[in-house]
Amino acid sequence: MQNKNSSLRDEIIRISGTNPRKCMLCGKCSATCPAFDGMDYAPHQFVNMIENGNIEPLLNSKSIYQCLSCFACLERCPRTVEPAKLIEAVRLSVIRKQGANHLKPDNIPALLDEDLPQQAIVSAMRKYNK
Amino acid sequence: MQRIGVFVCWCGSNIAGTVDVKAVAEALKNEPGVVFSTDYQYMCSQAGQDIIKNAIKEHNLSGIVVCSCSPRMHEQTFRKTAQAAGLNPYMVEISNIREQCSWVHKDMEKGTEKAIILGKAAIAKVNLNAPLTPGESPVTKRALVIGGGIAGIQTALDIADAGFPVDIVETKPTIGGKMAQLDKTFPTLDCAACILTPKMVDAGQSDKIRIFSYSEVSQVKGFVGNFDVTIKKKARYVKEDLCTGCGLCTEKCPQKKVPNEFNLGMDNRRAIYIPFAQAVPKVATIDADYCTMLKSGKCGVCSKVCTAGAIDYTQKDEYIEEKYGAIVVATGYNPISMDKFDEYAYNQSKDVITSLEFERLTNAAGPTAGKLLRPSDNKHPHTIVFVQCVGSRCANCAEKGKEYCSKICCMYTAKHAMLTRDKYPDTDVYVFYIDVRTPGKSFDEFYRRAVEEYGVHYIKGMVGKIAPEGDVLKVQASDLINNKQIHIDADLVVLAAAIEPDKSARPLATMLTASMDTNDFFTEAHPKLRPVESPTAGVFLSGACQGPKDIPETVAQAGAAASKVIGLLAKDKLMGNPCVAHSNELMCNGCSSCERVCPYGAITYSDKEFRMPDRTVAIRRVASVNEAVCQGCGACTVACPSGAMDLKGFANNQIVAEVDAICK
Amino acid sequence: MQINGEFKPLIVAFCCNWCSYAGADLAGNNRLAYPENVKIIKVPCSCRVNPMFILRAFQRGADGVIICGCHPGDCHYTSGNYYTRRRMSLLFSMLNFLGIEKERTRVEWVSAAEGAKFAATMNEFTEAVAALGENKRLEDLRCKR
Repeated sequence: MQNKNSSLRDEIIRISGTNPRKCMLCGKCSATCPAFDGMDYAPHQFVNMIENGNIEPLLNSKSIYQCLSCFACLERCPRTVEPAKLIEAVRLSVIRKQGANHLKPDNIPALLDEDLPQQAIVSAMRKYNK
Repeated sequence: MQRIGVFVCWCGSNIAGTVDVKAVAEALKNEPGVVFSTDYQYMCSQAGQDIIKNAIKEHNLSGIVVCSCSPRMHEQTFRKTAQAAGLNPYMVEISNIREQCSWVHKDMEKGTEKAIILGKAAIAKVNLNAPLTPGESPVTKRALVIGGGIAGIQTALDIADAGFPVDIVETKPTIGGKMAQLDKTFPTLDCAACILTPKMVDAGQSDKIRIFSYSEVSQVKGFVGNFDVTIKKKARYVKEDLCTGCGLCTEKCPQKKVPNEFNLGMDNRRAIYIPFAQAVPKVATIDADYCTMLKSGKCGVCSKVCTAGAIDYTQKDEYIEEKYGAIVVATGYNPISMDKFDEYAYNQSKDVITSLEFERLTNAAGPTAGKLLRPSDNKHPHTIVFVQCVGSRCANCAEKGKEYCSKICCMYTAKHAMLTRDKYPDTDVYVFYIDVRTPGKSFDEFYRRAVEEYGVHYIKGMVGKIAPEGDVLKVQASDLINNKQIHIDADLVVLAAAIEPDKSARPLATMLTASMDTNDFFTEAHPKLRPVESPTAGVFLSGACQGPKDIPETVAQAGAAASKVIGLLAKDKLMGNPCVAHSNELMCNGCSSCERVCPYGAITYSDKEFRMPDRTVAIRRVASVNEAVCQGCGACTVACPSGAMDLKGFANNQIVAEVDAICK
Repeated sequence: MQINGEFKPLIVAFCCNWCSYAGADLAGNNRLAYPENVKIIKVPCSCRVNPMFILRAFQRGADGVIICGCHPGDCHYTSGNYYTRRRMSLLFSMLNFLGIEKERTRVEWVSAAEGAKFAATMNEFTEAVAALGENKRLEDLRCKR
């Protein structure tokens, strides 16, 4: 099962900017995740499956739309693997194939809010724009 | 001009089989400086050495070259031979024509040719050799141990046992360190106090050991064998020689609201205190931050009740200067602060505690007299969650914890869990772990016993969040084996906090010019072969100041450090390595480049007066090398931009001469 | 260096006393052959190697210079080989400018247990230098007299 889909794997790692190899399998991401109950694949599984190139199931999973982008896992990960960025990257690789449903630049200013992380707005828009 | 003798060894057929030794001896005869050249079957034999000795006398040789096996094999032999014949041992050069010539080449002609060139290189070097004498320095036969935990105590006891006086410097009012705070010790479960306090008493009563408690090292000067150390004895406002340790003052002091650091602030002590019953020295100390008398001049209760008249409110910090031959660092560790781990609610709930606090809670001499009661409401907890690796094994960029494994947490958590289940079988105990690491004698068996016999629930996963709600702690965690997120209502949560070197270690390392790693652990001289010595000569390492360690390992290292100290103090004089750096003060431009690259702090700068050609006197800043500290690596010689720094025995012109001889 | 019309590169190898010199001895103990034109100079630590020595060797007709030291982290003097690594990468970056192919120089870490690595390194380095041909550019013209 090693590197079944290495080009997609590399692409996801590139988009996310993280290194899943740093994971030491502590599970703190899944322990932290507030959306865990709705997920078919837990955050720690994302890290492991992406590293092993087992990405097909993730592309079709519920989890990528369940992730709230709350970044709790990113904040608490002791190894700075930052699972939220990996989940976001998988989500992007699905959505980018869906065509012209990107957020229009003109609409962004109205959506900006001081308290919300920029990436959360972006990912939320992509999620609900299907 | 040197008068050089060349001695070519056959080494039986080892060399003579591939190298025409007679041709080599013949060819080297005509090299500059060579007045005698011969060959012999076994140069290292008694007969061979006699040939060398006779030749030195007969031909009045000033230097010799032995073309033989590796200098690693017989350089010492031939140096002794030369010395016996009245020649300086450092006027001997070995040309390695066995390991690096005859054994790696098969062709006689080429082998001979190479042997001749190697011989020429050695001759070129000897031509520039100068007699060297190792520097001698006396050894002060007294050792200093910095830190009075189990590491420092054991080192001091072992050194004292060999008959050398030792001083222990401890910042706290008593020796004992972390081990004095512990309840039981893994894997045998004997009580820490029962095995530690006799050692503390031994140290207190030994006529070879002086204990400077409530003291710090404030300055270190000098070098191996000759350290000058200034020790600051902080004012404790109690005369140590008069105080009997009766403890009456500590009962009568009206200032009752001082957090007791020995119990990690879980109860209070008075402003005048003895940290614990078995303290050594058993002397009261006044905490100047809380004492009403010292702050406002109104009280004086302790002075009134003290029958020995030991209280002295006018005491000042005292500075003691002492000479030492060796210094042992035993500064130990502390658990890291939990402030950055908000998700574990350590600062929000009293019932989230660290393992060291748990240790005090279960200790018969602790704040609850050994009953396991949770700090918030003194009720017995029925569900306890242990979280491992809090702050250990974090990526260094995470900035929260430490990158290393703290090593002791797996075992003490197993101990805590087991003891809890043993004393209170009605308690549910959960341990969340990433890996259970138990490499030690009887360690894994101990952990398995906790699981198999005591029914501790070990769960592979991490706790993500702890939220205090009413009188329970909502623990949210992952169970990776069952791929679940689990929720536990816990009464008490125990965090296995990572350990870090004591804060005093970094300034101390600067004083000692001892090196440290990025985590502030002291670096050893060699990670495998010299694990208890610092690269700085005369400084030794004991215990957790060098890396996380449990008690058996600490005691083993403490004994090893002591034996190294004894080996050093047993010498009357230290013979240095004469191949050390030296600076040509006339060429030195005072740039400090050499000082910065020296790993041993052997180079210092000072202002010196120089007579100039026009008869004026100029003051210039120049480098000088402490030959007792220099180890002769030569890093400074390359860093020196003006070429003032050179290495004896491997001088610039010598190496260049070798290069020239080889490339001719 | 031309020997019987065949080009044999002259290699000067600086070996630190604690690791690489012992590694070279081990190669000898195990009878692992490498070319005769590799000549070893012992230094206490690889950080004793002054860039001047390397330039001098090239000036006097060496075809390649290799510096061998303890593996990073294993230096007898704690940090000497780190100095070597920095100094040599700086020197090597300027060699092309001086007219010497920088492939004629190399820093290798050889421990006292790596006799086989020492021999293999010397064989491989000699081949690499042989492929570059004779080093003519930095010869001191006064030496030609």
